[in-house]
Amino acid sequence: MLLIVEDPTAFTGCFVIHLFEEISLLTFSFLFSSLFSLPSLSLSLFHSLLPFLSLLLTLSLSSQPLPSHPAAPPEHAKEPLAYMRKAQVNWEKRILKSLNSMCTELGVPLARKRPAVEQKELTNKWNEMGTDEPDLSRFRPVYAPKDFLEVLISLRNPNHDSSEEASAKSHWGLIQVPLHDRDIPQMREAYSELSLTTGQLGIDDHTHVPPDLFESEHTRIGKKVVNEQDSAAAQQYSRQGCPTGLRADLWALILNSTNEPEDVMHYEQLKAGVIHHDLLVDNLIYKDVKLTASNDDYYFVFEDFLYQVLLCFSRDTAVLEHFSYNSATPPKSYIQGKVGVEEFAVVYPPNGVIPFHGFSMYVAPLCFLYNEPSKLYSVFREMYVRYFFRLHSVSSSTSGIVSLCLQFERLLQTHLPQLFYHLREIGAQPLRIAFKWMVRAFSGYLSTDQLLLLWDRILGYDSLEIVAVLAAAVFAFRAENLMEVTSLTSAEVSVPRPQAGRLSPTHTHTGFHSGPWLLK
Amino acid sequence: MSVNTVPCTVKPTVTLQIGDAETDSSRPGVYVIDVTLPIGQTVNIQEISFKNYYTAYVSVRLLRRDGEGAAKWVTCLRNHCLMPSPHTEEGSQDYCSVYRQQMLIEPDNVTSVRLILRQPSSAWLNFSVEDIKIHPCLNEDSEWDIPDWLSDLTQVDQLCDLQGLPDPQTVSCSIQQMWALTEVMQTNQTTASIGRFDVDGCYDINLLSFT
Repeated sequence: MLLIVEDPTAFTGCFVIHLFEEISLLTFSFLFSSLFSLPSLSLSLFHSLLPFLSLLLTLSLSSQPLPSHPAAPPEHAKEPLAYMRKAQVNWEKRILKSLNSMCTELGVPLARKRPAVEQKELTNKWNEMGTDEPDLSRFRPVYAPKDFLEVLISLRNPNHDSSEEASAKSHWGLIQVPLHDRDIPQMREAYSELSLTTGQLGIDDHTHVPPDLFESEHTRIGKKVVNEQDSAAAQQYSRQGCPTGLRADLWALILNSTNEPEDVMHYEQLKAGVIHHDLLVDNLIYKDVKLTASNDDYYFVFEDFLYQVLLCFSRDTAVLEHFSYNSATPPKSYIQGKVGVEEFAVVYPPNGVIPFHGFSMYVAPLCFLYNEPSKLYSVFREMYVRYFFRLHSVSSSTSGIVSLCLQFERLLQTHLPQLFYHLREIGAQPLRIAFKWMVRAFSGYLSTDQLLLLWDRILGYDSLEIVAVLAAAVFAFRAENLMEVTSLTSAEVSVPRPQAGRLSPTHTHTGFHSGPWLLK
Repeated sequence: MSVNTVPCTVKPTVTLQIGDAETDSSRPGVYVIDVTLPIGQTVNIQEISFKNYYTAYVSVRLLRRDGEGAAKWVTCLRNHCLMPSPHTEEGSQDYCSVYRQQMLIEPDNVTSVRLILRQPSSAWLNFSVEDIKIHPCLNEDSEWDIPDWLSDLTQVDQLCDLQGLPDPQTVSCSIQQMWALTEVMQTNQTTASIGRFDVDGCYDINLLSFT
């Protein structure tokens, strides 16, 4: 059923939804359109009213750590809250135990040097590792997002008074830590480039919208930004979306990712690392790619690229630098059985990151942008050490997964209380459905063109916060259907599922009357 | 930040509460911590540093000794915000410093410091500040004694007959420049790692370590 609604009061064009059995997700612009339907306060007025809030906004938007107090120990820079550090340490211990037991059960060493014959073989089939069909049935992922969700649900601040009776302050969701997050008026201020009066790629470049209105000018500016090689301008520009032809260059600019000879050489060095040593983690990567990206209609063509990038990624010791601001700690081991002898201490895997089920989906969308492996690798690595690592570690950061979950639940409780209450009553806590989307930053759950538009904004605003807002928006969109479900399984079916090869141009607009609650 | 700290005693926390402390069921929202110097000592404060533990606002009062020896309490910091949003975690476990420049009056000749901690939110079971340290002002460096041989270097050299050789002044200048360049090269050695993850070619690992 094709539903077209033309709203004469809308600023631009029309509003198209494809309603099929499997509903495709709308772009995030849906919620922002509704968010900004009220005129927002002027910048200066808002800043004069709440100066400390604007400071908070500027500080919290940054993905890089702030300079810390001289007396603060290094662990404080990783994570300021002691109970979160402890939770992360305990979670890591469980992962290590799981990996060790897999190792012992299967009789496979964590790492070994490849014999020369094997090295030659691998070099020859480097570009077609996907054709290999190793026996991976014995291997299983170390953990899946739902295991991690249980850890987050059990997070408690020992100094927090949770003994109170149910009250107006009670949080209905699963996350019970009192982190700070922004409400809709604050976000309207912070995401002002996404307001109704500003053009957006994803809405205003729809086929029937004349390109002179926005698209041509925006593309012209984009070309200029790329010519000037201006990184800050590229980041600002990306907030309104990147044109497909310019996106690769713009993202590389924003991430300061180069493809100089030394970068290519670095990549070759990593490739040599893969050839020389075989890691248990490699099998986990193979298994993950086979289970996720290879089964996805959009990404299966990139299977070989994914192996190359992920195997090299796990050999890259440069990634270890990001642990100074990541609450996680790289696993340690000793070679030749010399436990406790520091000269024989090594990090495992060399980049300190143990992949989990779905990890390869962080790389897959980038394959549409870059076809040169060293360039693709460079961009992915930068995206990981800036953003993706926050999605699978316990931390109080505003871009961290804990904050995103809390933000999602609070938005739902504030703006869709009836829906939230209903879902709770039937035992279908909304976070249980939305968590897997957020952990992957929607990779695999949105069509690629929409996903790349979302990631444009992640880069533009240097924050993962909009992932939480989009998750809430999806629930808002399906609110009517969800009110009718009676169990968790039927709730999961009611919300959009991963794309199955069908490209659906979905653009929404403020004319959509989803409900007055959003307009408050 | 100076590493020097002044030895001082931190007295036990005093609760400020309306009503009877024993029968009142609600938790106190104001604590007072006194930090005293040993008797007779005074300090010119450069910085007061501490670690926050869920305190939202801190006020600082100083007991200053004036010229005649009489002591007087003055407020040097009023309601300094440590947690922008007292119901939430932001800033709750941060390391903080209050510097001389932030204070309302000159923190000189101080014998005692009083920290008044406030936490208006009922969300927290307890709040406090830890590791309170008082950093004194650094003294101005006294004039160093210059050794005699240093002053000898400023004597003007006698001009000697060069006989076609280059001017010693220019030669020594260029040699000095070359030496400075080599020093720069030596100190600016790259800290970029080579990127090897193995130890002498070996990366055979059996099990991960928990410690």
